[in-house]
Amino acid sequence: MMATTEYLLSVRHDYDQPAPPAEEMQRAYAQVDAFNARLRERGAWVFAGGLCPPETATVVSVKDGEVMTTDGPFAESREHLGGFWVLRAADLDEALDWARQASEACLNPVEVRPFQAE
Amino acid sequence: MTDPRAIIASVFREEHGRVLATLVRLLGDIDLAEEAVQDAFLVAVDRWPRDGPPPNPGGWIVTTARRRAIDRLRRDTLRTDRQARAARLEERLVTQPEEDSAVPDDRLRLMFTCCHPALAQPTQVALTLRLLGGLDTPTIARAFLVPEATLAQRLVRAKRKIRDARIPYRVPEAAELPDRLRPVMAVIYLVFNAGWIAEGEQLVDAGLCGEAIRLARLLVDLMPDEPEAKGLLALLLLLQARQPARTTADGTLVLLPDQDRGRWDRALLDEGRALVRACLRRGAPGPYQIQAAINAVHSDAATAGETDWAQILALYDQLLVWQPTPVVALNRAVAVAELHGPPAALDLLDGLDLQAYQPFHVVRAELLARGGRRAEALAAYAAALALTRSEVEREHLTRRRTEVATQATTRAEPAAPGA
Repeated sequence: MMATTEYLLSVRHDYDQPAPPAEEMQRAYAQVDAFNARLRERGAWVFAGGLCPPETATVVSVKDGEVMTTDGPFAESREHLGGFWVLRAADLDEALDWARQASEACLNPVEVRPFQAE
Repeated sequence: MTDPRAIIASVFREEHGRVLATLVRLLGDIDLAEEAVQDAFLVAVDRWPRDGPPPNPGGWIVTTARRRAIDRLRRDTLRTDRQARAARLEERLVTQPEEDSAVPDDRLRLMFTCCHPALAQPTQVALTLRLLGGLDTPTIARAFLVPEATLAQRLVRAKRKIRDARIPYRVPEAAELPDRLRPVMAVIYLVFNAGWIAEGEQLVDAGLCGEAIRLARLLVDLMPDEPEAKGLLALLLLLQARQPARTTADGTLVLLPDQDRGRWDRALLDEGRALVRACLRRGAPGPYQIQAAINAVHSDAATAGETDWAQILALYDQLLVWQPTPVVALNRAVAVAELHGPPAALDLLDGLDLQAYQPFHVVRAELLARGGRRAEALAAYAAALALTRSEVEREHLTRRRTEVATQATTRAEPAAPGA
């Protein structure tokens, strides 16, 4: 079997922008469903999911045995992780091609990052 | 050439890219390949002066580097974390037949890896010069005015990205080739430009210009059906042909209209023009072929006065369709000035947003001087000088400014070397 690498495709979403019209959202959902089906057909699918908005996030950190729980996401920034895919690909070109399809489907930029080898 | 050391140096220059590319394919690891090639050259330095150089130096280096790579892997297996990987690689090395000559595509594969769009352009340039050109880190750092440590780190990061993100080592398929060939040619052209007006005391960095031509030649050899690759090579050859006439014996800059055309390199001109003709017959034009054609028109004129500016302007009109950029518009304006006078060209310059581009102010200064607008010309020379980083060019502009301050007549030359 050809060796593959797992890649994280993360979706950058600008939460300061007004939400797109409902029919555009519906179109994106349908496109993402179709994209996911293609990933499964090709055996590239590992995991994927969309995230709730950043204000639902809680940050937990432990320092000197003391647990700190903070409201909100890591960083104050306009762009946050909106969702992600984990997929298998033979090389970066293949992963970039999936990313192109993912970006077209979800209407947002997609960052591609390899997982560390085991 | 009988001095073994000179032979080693020449083999290193000529064969480094080919040998390294072969080893990268065999080993699947750029760092390991670099180490193995370096080891092999060290062995050559030790043995060739004693035993005499082998009949096929390049093949000898590949074979020796392979053996050295296996030695390194055996040593590495002591470290358990790398054991599995080492065993896999060693099996591959032992099972693959020894070969003296590389698979012809190896350097091409390496070129596409170095110029992969997932790498930033400065990184693409550094990797190409390092891996294919065999230039060392200090040389590349000096040429691009980057601190050596920064460049070294850039190379380390790039190699890590190639390995971890699995940037492939292959020639792209036909469908993706146009997109993937573009950054390769851009890198070669950038290397040439960096050499054409080097920063500092010497006008030209001959090493960089020569390396760019070598890479362009390689690209043409490996992709003989790509007319733009031919166009790029033709462009670089036609520019390089003018190199001997660009400075006087005492190192003073001489612009195109004032150059002694007898000092142009005939062999390079002939080769460049033949390539342009081959491209024209092919009928698949592109920006590099058009720029080569423009330079071929310049080279056809026995004197500056005989230059066919109408044809040059027509070619710039074509180039502007391919590359609607202010820099192309600026160079087109130079042709307009020759045909219709400085005022028409200055009108065109007014619409261009090129305040940070040194050649813009040079062209503007010359056109203003020729149009008799002395005060504005002097201000434009000052703006140009503030952006000039080549000492030779600084002296030239300072002299021109003094000349214009007293009287005024001369011609502008195209802003960028290719244009």
